[in-house]
Amino acid sequence: MPEPPRPPLSGDRATGLATLRTLWTVRRFEEAVDDLFARGMMHGTMHLSIGQEASATGVCSALREDDLIASTHRGHGHCIAKGAELVPMMAELLAKDTGYCRGRGGSMHIADAARGNLGANGIVGGGVPIAVGAALAQQRLRTGRVAVSFFGDGATNEGAFHEAANLAAIWKLPVVLVCENNKYGMSFSTERSMAVATIAERAAAYGFPGVRVDGNDVDAVHAAATEAVARARAGEGPTLLECVTYRWKGHSKSDKNLYRTREEIEEWRALDPVTRFERRLVEACPGVGEEDVAAVRDAVRDAVRDAVRQAMAAPDADPADLLGDLPAAVFWQPVGTDARREGVAR
Amino acid sequence: MTAVLDGTAAAGAADARTLTYAEAVREALGQAMAEDERVLLMGEDVGVYGGAFGVSGDLFHRFGPERVVDTPISELGFVGAGVGAAMAGLRPVVEIQFSDFTCQAMDQIVNQAAKIHFMLGGAAHVPMVLRAPGGSGTGAAGQHSQSLEAWFAHTPGLKVVMPATAADAKGLLLSAIDDPDPVVVLEHKLLYKASGPVPEEAVRVPLGVAAVPRRGGDLTMVATGVMVGRCLEAAERLAGEGVSASVVDVRTLSPFDAPTVLREVEATGRALLVQEAPRHVGFMAEVAARIVESDAVYRLRAPVARLCGLDTPIPYAPQLERAVVPQVDDVVAAAVRLAGVG
Repeated sequence: MPEPPRPPLSGDRATGLATLRTLWTVRRFEEAVDDLFARGMMHGTMHLSIGQEASATGVCSALREDDLIASTHRGHGHCIAKGAELVPMMAELLAKDTGYCRGRGGSMHIADAARGNLGANGIVGGGVPIAVGAALAQQRLRTGRVAVSFFGDGATNEGAFHEAANLAAIWKLPVVLVCENNKYGMSFSTERSMAVATIAERAAAYGFPGVRVDGNDVDAVHAAATEAVARARAGEGPTLLECVTYRWKGHSKSDKNLYRTREEIEEWRALDPVTRFERRLVEACPGVGEEDVAAVRDAVRDAVRDAVRQAMAAPDADPADLLGDLPAAVFWQPVGTDARREGVAR
Repeated sequence: MTAVLDGTAAAGAADARTLTYAEAVREALGQAMAEDERVLLMGEDVGVYGGAFGVSGDLFHRFGPERVVDTPISELGFVGAGVGAAMAGLRPVVEIQFSDFTCQAMDQIVNQAAKIHFMLGGAAHVPMVLRAPGGSGTGAAGQHSQSLEAWFAHTPGLKVVMPATAADAKGLLLSAIDDPDPVVVLEHKLLYKASGPVPEEAVRVPLGVAAVPRRGGDLTMVATGVMVGRCLEAAERLAGEGVSASVVDVRTLSPFDAPTVLREVEATGRALLVQEAPRHVGFMAEVAARIVESDAVYRLRAPVARLCGLDTPIPYAPQLERAVVPQVDDVVAAAVRLAGVG
């Protein structure tokens, strides 16, 4: 049975403010990361999703808590939108022992298994077959869960995407393939990297629906995702959801932005998904006023500041236990009463 | 090339039952699938066809299409699906038709499966088994005959086994399926039709433990895969010439049972390391290094010797193919040379 249609996220006060909180949290978390990096307090590299907050937020708000996601190298937003806590996230990026991955993964591999996040991925397209496999497990185990694969436009030129899309189609798996089309695979534009006009039409090659939405409109993303998730949960198979969006920052920290113009970036900044949703709430959502959105902004600012403070104070990841046992898996849980099988779960 | 087996177990007394290596793998799969409904077999032509080498046989008819899953020819996709399915609740056994085709799936094996438990700080396991037939000897030439075990054994996070007997093919596979981490099982095409005693019960052979199928006093041969049988045959012939050889079957390349290998090498003072794969940067280079960086080095009566495949791709012509990888005569000759030193 398909789920009943849901109202837009901006349709009621509580949902609207919760959504705004998620959008601002992604934005402020990444601004804090950007700042820490610029000040030399965070090492490695960072892929920021500033400007793309609506796709993570809109898609994850269409999911149940026990649904699964597989994320990308630009995955902070997916992680937060799926419900991750800011302190262990920030701790991971700051190379702390209390981080989600105990300092072994960092930004590109951040995961929050308890909330169904199968992990960010440093390989373009690498997470797509994994999400499809996770969906296969849900279908076979009849859990009713759905898996979402987040990936960028660049991934749709990878074999992994095409092979996984085909498997999802022939097995009618409960998976939603979410492309965050931010127009560039590093510096290579979609105009140059593909001869078709849209990502969504690639779904036709595999026989399932491809849907293109304004990826900076969280309500639009949510509506399309809700429909795709319902379709997946009803056993009707995958959907390819193309969210057209834009990253304001460079690909990573070394990007000098030589391949795009200041004007283009400014044009997209005017379509800011966060302030756009904020205005919609104030103008159209019953019971929401300027003071409510200001309160959300203040609360998020405090939460992110607090996360940075707590994460900074946490102990560093320790080389002394680098080769020690890691905690037991969360996803793989032995079932049944066979003691031998319980025994290998560590 | 396709070897289709008749699918029936060789007849024999209950206490001396023999199966072919392929039948032993099938029996392990069947028993694991019967024990645990999360276990499923995925791969190209594993269903009604019964597997390119006849390994899956009747499993499709016993367990149905949900448990014996035919995949399109898309190794990257279905190995990746195996990784995700393993993370999210199943225990997939993924068959690669020829180990050479793991190249198509290398991202999912090396960058994903091997690293996920570590990179996620223990938040997930990948209890996936990747079965792949390797090795030469079938005239299948350069892209269907390689011995790629060193690639996998060099990747932290993967366990790697190479069963040399029918009993180990069953017992190691059962352990691999139980294991919470990804295990690469490199079967050998030439061994599929070889028979041996196999316990009827689902007896596990532990991962990480070498076997010592023969003990002698003059030298220790350390071998993997199809070379174990060749070393045993060579040892038999050497015995007639007055040379007494031990044979160690490494069985599990990762984790590597160094203590057993070192003990056996110390016992004879001479080590002949035999592999089908090319010599350069091969697995036996690691074994040699382990010997010389341990106290076993003081017990050596002769330098460590390696007998390996030539550093070339596998050629097609049968006489060329034979010349590239060690044969029994080569093992005998190398052993005689080594036994005469020191």
